[in-house]
Amino acid sequence: MGRDAAIVKRKTIDGINERIKEGSAVVVTAEEMKEIVEEKGAEKAAEEVDVVTTGTFGAMCSSGVFFNFGHSDPPIRMQRVWLNDVEAYTGIAAVDAFLGVTQLSKSVEEYGGAHVIEEFVKGREVELRAESDGTDCYPRKEIATEITLEDVNQAEMLNPRNAYQRYKAATNSSNKVLKTYMGTLLPNFGNVTFAGTGEISPLNNDPEYRTIGLGTRIFLCGAEGYIIGAGTQHSPPFGTLMVKGNLKEMSPDYMRACVFPGYGVSMFIGIGIPIPILDAEMAKFTAVKDREIETEILDYGVPRRDRPVVRKVNYEELKSGKVEINGEEVRVSPLSSYFVARKIMEELKRRIENGEFFLSKPIERIPVRSDFKPMRQKEIVVVKNVMSEAIRISPETSVMDASRIIIDKSVNHLPVVDSEGKLRGIVTSWDIAKAVAMGRMGKVEEIMTTKVVTVHPEDPVEFAAEKLRRYDISALPVIDAKRRVLGLITSEDLSRLIVKR
Amino acid sequence: MLLYLHFDSKTVKEPVISLTTLEKKTLINIIRGSVGAREGELFVEIEDSRASEIIEFIRSKGVEVTEIREKIAKSEDCIHCGACISICPVEVFSLNDDFRVEAEVEKCIRCGICIYVCPVKALELPSI
Repeated sequence: MGRDAAIVKRKTIDGINERIKEGSAVVVTAEEMKEIVEEKGAEKAAEEVDVVTTGTFGAMCSSGVFFNFGHSDPPIRMQRVWLNDVEAYTGIAAVDAFLGVTQLSKSVEEYGGAHVIEEFVKGREVELRAESDGTDCYPRKEIATEITLEDVNQAEMLNPRNAYQRYKAATNSSNKVLKTYMGTLLPNFGNVTFAGTGEISPLNNDPEYRTIGLGTRIFLCGAEGYIIGAGTQHSPPFGTLMVKGNLKEMSPDYMRACVFPGYGVSMFIGIGIPIPILDAEMAKFTAVKDREIETEILDYGVPRRDRPVVRKVNYEELKSGKVEINGEEVRVSPLSSYFVARKIMEELKRRIENGEFFLSKPIERIPVRSDFKPMRQKEIVVVKNVMSEAIRISPETSVMDASRIIIDKSVNHLPVVDSEGKLRGIVTSWDIAKAVAMGRMGKVEEIMTTKVVTVHPEDPVEFAAEKLRRYDISALPVIDAKRRVLGLITSEDLSRLIVKR
Repeated sequence: MLLYLHFDSKTVKEPVISLTTLEKKTLINIIRGSVGAREGELFVEIEDSRASEIIEFIRSKGVEVTEIREKIAKSEDCIHCGACISICPVEVFSLNDDFRVEAEVEKCIRCGICIYVCPVKALELPSI
């Protein structure tokens, strides 16, 4: 390269921009950088490389577009507005509105804000409909017209939370199919899904946010966009970004409306971030490997905010397509497109090499520490708060003894447990009555129900009530992860709760 | 090879699949089936190399046989996200070296679940 050693030690963004202008900047993708650092070490890599490009392409629900439609004649202050029957938020100035990607159409299924944004970007006409009460300055009460992206004054994409650094992966321990924002999760740990692009994802390549900050110029869906701060729910190492960019300059190649069955509409957003290699530390950061990026597989079978961790996992394992859960091999689906993310890295690299894209210096850093608090809410009642004591019996208990216990303790349900306290079955007073009537006076294991519907202590009571209704039963054993019986929740426990409230 | 068998009111009562297995000494994989009052249908997988003689035998028992060549089709709309990979019961989909989603369509058993999970509606089952 023949550069002065003193300059090389600490490069500046201005210096890199000079070289981009001259056409001499060395730009590599995050994938290429891993190899360079491995081969030459961080010091040497930092001397040679000016910019590393990163990329991600995933469904990012926290996205949308601010529009200014221009004024009609006579003018209207839009109090409600619909674009192709998808409502946009209008609690701002007269003809400004924000269309969120997940907002659903009132008339067409599996169609939402993301699809409307896609129609605009593809140059199609969109129907605009608005209503108002009318004021002296804005007398018009309704309007219906057709518009294209060219007709509006501004169409500014503004995404409160994009480019998640890493995600928790998802699986499902329950016995039914779950339709989630993490895709369709098959029962009994049938599959695992994850999102994010791991070692090529922007924030993983600058984990201390030294160069990615407020004011950083980025590639956003094909346009030049900017980071305008940390995203909502920013919580390093699960960092996020708030970004904006001009929809009129975006390309349908780098964004896509999508539908997750049973969940709704979202939008794949393409983001590429150039990382200036200012020194050896930045070179080391950009050499991060998938196996060093750790996350957890969570159990979406538990309908709570704090879902149980099934196991720890890294992105290398996730990307291999198979992970082991409880001794079994489970197949993994990525939900972000590594293919398009790579295309973005390459495109951003090309633009910088051609002098079409320059780096910007962040004017403020985003926090490296930040808490993601839960919602403040009235205390929620979970099963363990209201469950009653379970009278456990062993499988060898005679039907006669069981009937005595039912009468002495005046209960209706007896969970049957093995010597370790693990649930084997359940007998009810009805089972006993039936057994007596039929002269089956042996052991309870001969008459017990073995397929038992259960709940966990941390499940909300609403979930327990729903299970009682769905299976038309009156009690559920409460069990822990090892199937040990902790208690019993009955319909009486639940009705007592309602009376108390 | 995947076959669609249609049984009429007579053949629906006959153990045609067992007969075929015993007579032809071949294994038949039943993928999916339904039996109605007057007719029934089955999707079965048979040995590729002996397809014609097996089909001939089943037909000789009065069952209507249609060879299914129409498998899952992936359009240009695919963004290679891979949502289909872990859902498919017979592992039709995988990521290739280029990180594109590739489909080994000959494995497809036409269950259709991938069509439902594809977030960009890039999958389609041509009708038979």
